[in-house]
Amino acid sequence: MVRVASDTLNSRVPDGPLQQKWDKHLFDMKLVNPSNKRKFSVIVVGTGLAGGAAAASLGELGYNVKSFCFQDSPRRAHSIAAQGGINAAKNYQNDGDSVWRLFYDTLKGGDYRAREANVHRLAQVSNNIIDQCVAQGVPFAREYGGTLSNRSFGGAQVSRTFYCRGQTGQQLLLGAYQALMRQVSTGKVKLFARREMLELVIVDGLARGIVVRNLATGQLETHTADAVVLATGGYGNVYYLSTMAKGSNVTAAWRCARKGALFANPCYTQIHPTCIPVTGDYQSKLTLMSESLRNDGRVWVPSSKGDKRAPDQIPDTERDYYLERRYPSYGNLAPRDISSRAAKERCDAGHGVGETGLAVFLDFRDAIQRDGEDVVRKKYGNLFHMYNKITAEDPYKQPMRIFPAVHYTMGGLWVDYNLMSNVKGLYVLGEANFSDHGANRLGASALMQGLSDGYFVIPYTIGDHLATTKLEKIADDHPACLQAKKDAEDRITKLMGVQGKRSVDSFHRELGLLMWEKCGMARNRSGLEQVIGQIRDLREQYWKDVRVLGSGDTLNQSLEKAGRVADFMEFAELLAIDALNREESCGGHFREEYQTSEGEAARNDADYSYVAAWEFQSGGAEPILHKEPLVFENVKPSTRSYK
Amino acid sequence: MSTHLLNLNLRVWRQAGPNDQGGFKTYRLNGVSTHMSFLEMLDVLNEQLIAQKEEPVAFDHDCREGICGMCSLMINGQAHGPDNATTTCQLHMRRFKDGDTVTIEPWRAAAFPVLRDLVVDRSAFDRIISAGGFVSVNTGNAPDGNAILVPGVRQEVAMDGAACIGCGACVAACKNASAMLFVSAKVSQLAILPQGHPERNARVINMVAQMDKEGFGSCTNTSECEAACPAEVSVAHIARLNREYLRASIFAET
Repeated sequence: MVRVASDTLNSRVPDGPLQQKWDKHLFDMKLVNPSNKRKFSVIVVGTGLAGGAAAASLGELGYNVKSFCFQDSPRRAHSIAAQGGINAAKNYQNDGDSVWRLFYDTLKGGDYRAREANVHRLAQVSNNIIDQCVAQGVPFAREYGGTLSNRSFGGAQVSRTFYCRGQTGQQLLLGAYQALMRQVSTGKVKLFARREMLELVIVDGLARGIVVRNLATGQLETHTADAVVLATGGYGNVYYLSTMAKGSNVTAAWRCARKGALFANPCYTQIHPTCIPVTGDYQSKLTLMSESLRNDGRVWVPSSKGDKRAPDQIPDTERDYYLERRYPSYGNLAPRDISSRAAKERCDAGHGVGETGLAVFLDFRDAIQRDGEDVVRKKYGNLFHMYNKITAEDPYKQPMRIFPAVHYTMGGLWVDYNLMSNVKGLYVLGEANFSDHGANRLGASALMQGLSDGYFVIPYTIGDHLATTKLEKIADDHPACLQAKKDAEDRITKLMGVQGKRSVDSFHRELGLLMWEKCGMARNRSGLEQVIGQIRDLREQYWKDVRVLGSGDTLNQSLEKAGRVADFMEFAELLAIDALNREESCGGHFREEYQTSEGEAARNDADYSYVAAWEFQSGGAEPILHKEPLVFENVKPSTRSYK
Repeated sequence: MSTHLLNLNLRVWRQAGPNDQGGFKTYRLNGVSTHMSFLEMLDVLNEQLIAQKEEPVAFDHDCREGICGMCSLMINGQAHGPDNATTTCQLHMRRFKDGDTVTIEPWRAAAFPVLRDLVVDRSAFDRIISAGGFVSVNTGNAPDGNAILVPGVRQEVAMDGAACIGCGACVAACKNASAMLFVSAKVSQLAILPQGHPERNARVINMVAQMDKEGFGSCTNTSECEAACPAEVSVAHIARLNREYLRASIFAET
């Protein structure tokens, strides 16, 4: 039985009509006088869209910012890999878009498991993001006459997605990175690359610093500040194979969770429908093919089971365009969770293609016939090139083979409307928090949320905290700092001391396979109960048998991985516990016991219309569940239909 | 697409730290699938080394899909290996033959000191961007996106420069270890776009000064950089940088 806390969480959503909440809140929050801002310091961990934008904007305001990333440069953060685009309610296409429609689509896309007020704010500031990025010199695609271009994305019937070829994330990130480097040149931001956060420092209930390991030298460093902002991305690599960067990890967030920050909705994981299929045991990661391809590509499998003919030998009458068949109004642009499950359903039924039978076709034949190869090349050239590099197949001549893969995680540290966790002074932005996407994120919304949090939310909300909280000066030798540093040191010593027989990667792979099989695209009670035990056993084995060579005081990539995998081993259990607790299907969380006769997700609003925020308990005890009831005052939750 | 297995000899640069002399070490690796990426092949090598209680080879990598710019490696003397327009992480073993000897080195440039094995310090690139590779517009200060019109054709040229992933292959491929392609990609993007115009003189002067200060060599127009660039950034951007530099030298206000 799950232990449930008696009190409910307070999201601190302001009163008043939805459209006026943010404006009212902006006025109600306390300000820090411009000349006082230089007296405050802020730590920002992570330099992706959320962290980079936050560090740059806070530096511009005059705060003293320390910016950290584990990569060799802030420009490497994994936001860079986002391909398709960023949504905004500009209605430049005159096709009926509005802030309200973007809000509604995002809330519905999230299967009514997101906080209404946050999503509305996101839609409101979406337009400012486009303006800001254009002003920075982000080269969004343009029409011949110079105006901005748009395209469509899954889950929407309007064209509201802004893009830079197939590398929108890269360009937005470089925009934020350049703004950040400008602040570095002014001295307002100090940059700490190749640093990994290992501990949070809490003093008198307030987040006041972090302990990091300098990955180049192995030295542990303590940094203190008046507030800590975490923008450390998602936890998809708990599955080992995912579209995340190899270094993406849950450590920073999990270290905070172990110190009392609540972890919300970890079971909401997004499986992206269009990724390049696995080819072998050595596979180290999966590569996404942008959802934007579904604007022009048609998804199909052979109508008859086990049809091994070459795709061009299969006539149209013997092809099953199953998305167009099942969801005629959205067709190939059905949301990600729905498209992924539909692909799995066809493959499970024996219609899968390729060597393994775990793939479906994404076919551009009709688009090339209709628009010509040049037009298709201009829109998707770099994606086709990437596909060709990996598979040695030419998607201009034969359909791509695609299969779903772990891509994004909607869960994350719990935050209130101000993006502050339950640990005062600890803010969490972007994919690392849980707040805006509910149980499923729509395409082109991640970039929007990261930049919204970083450019247009945290600069205001953090000021309110700094202006209203008594903050004593903290030195590096404060007992809380020393203890945090000692904890980090002890852990490294322990990991190095195991001296077992198995590599870190072999454990990570095993964990990932367990999670994918029992807690992946489809979940059920017995599988989840079983996997929780298996994770515990594997974790025990890990601490007895992992082999980390070398030493802690040099650049040591095995040690870096070992720490991250140790945290994944703990976090995986929480993910499974959350999936077991949520006895409904919604968005990316599909419980086989809860589905309609047509195989669609069956939500249970009566019992599960809440955010599940888990409190870590030490000594292996079960976590405690805190609930934040979800209240929908403006949009009545309905069954999602994309038919 | 059938699978073949390769048996390879790997000559890998091993260097314990920044002050270590370093040297090549040869490893035999059998049964390498032609479907593997080059970095997956190194993963397999590292598993083999760990099993033999030898420290694994350190190399930088992150996204493994050719966009983050973190992977590097000179492979048989070529930056990012033999394929055009390809990062090391996107290079696949089908490009090699059974029995091949493959030499793997870090980027070689005074401005990119080796930290360990195949890992180098590329923070010089960050400092160059910091010297002027931006538009000075604070958050909240922007006009409507469509208030700034950029003809589609010019936009495409700006995007060609903006596509740079900052990996440093251009430096590694250049006999002078010049960073001109990297610097020009940013200067050119922001010189083409109207947003970049107010600062264009100071930008090019300051970025080039920082490039020199970091110890990168001079450009002698051999275009090795373009040939090695995984993002296909053209040397036409270097030509534009040179025009920008001349223009700034004549017209700069200060």
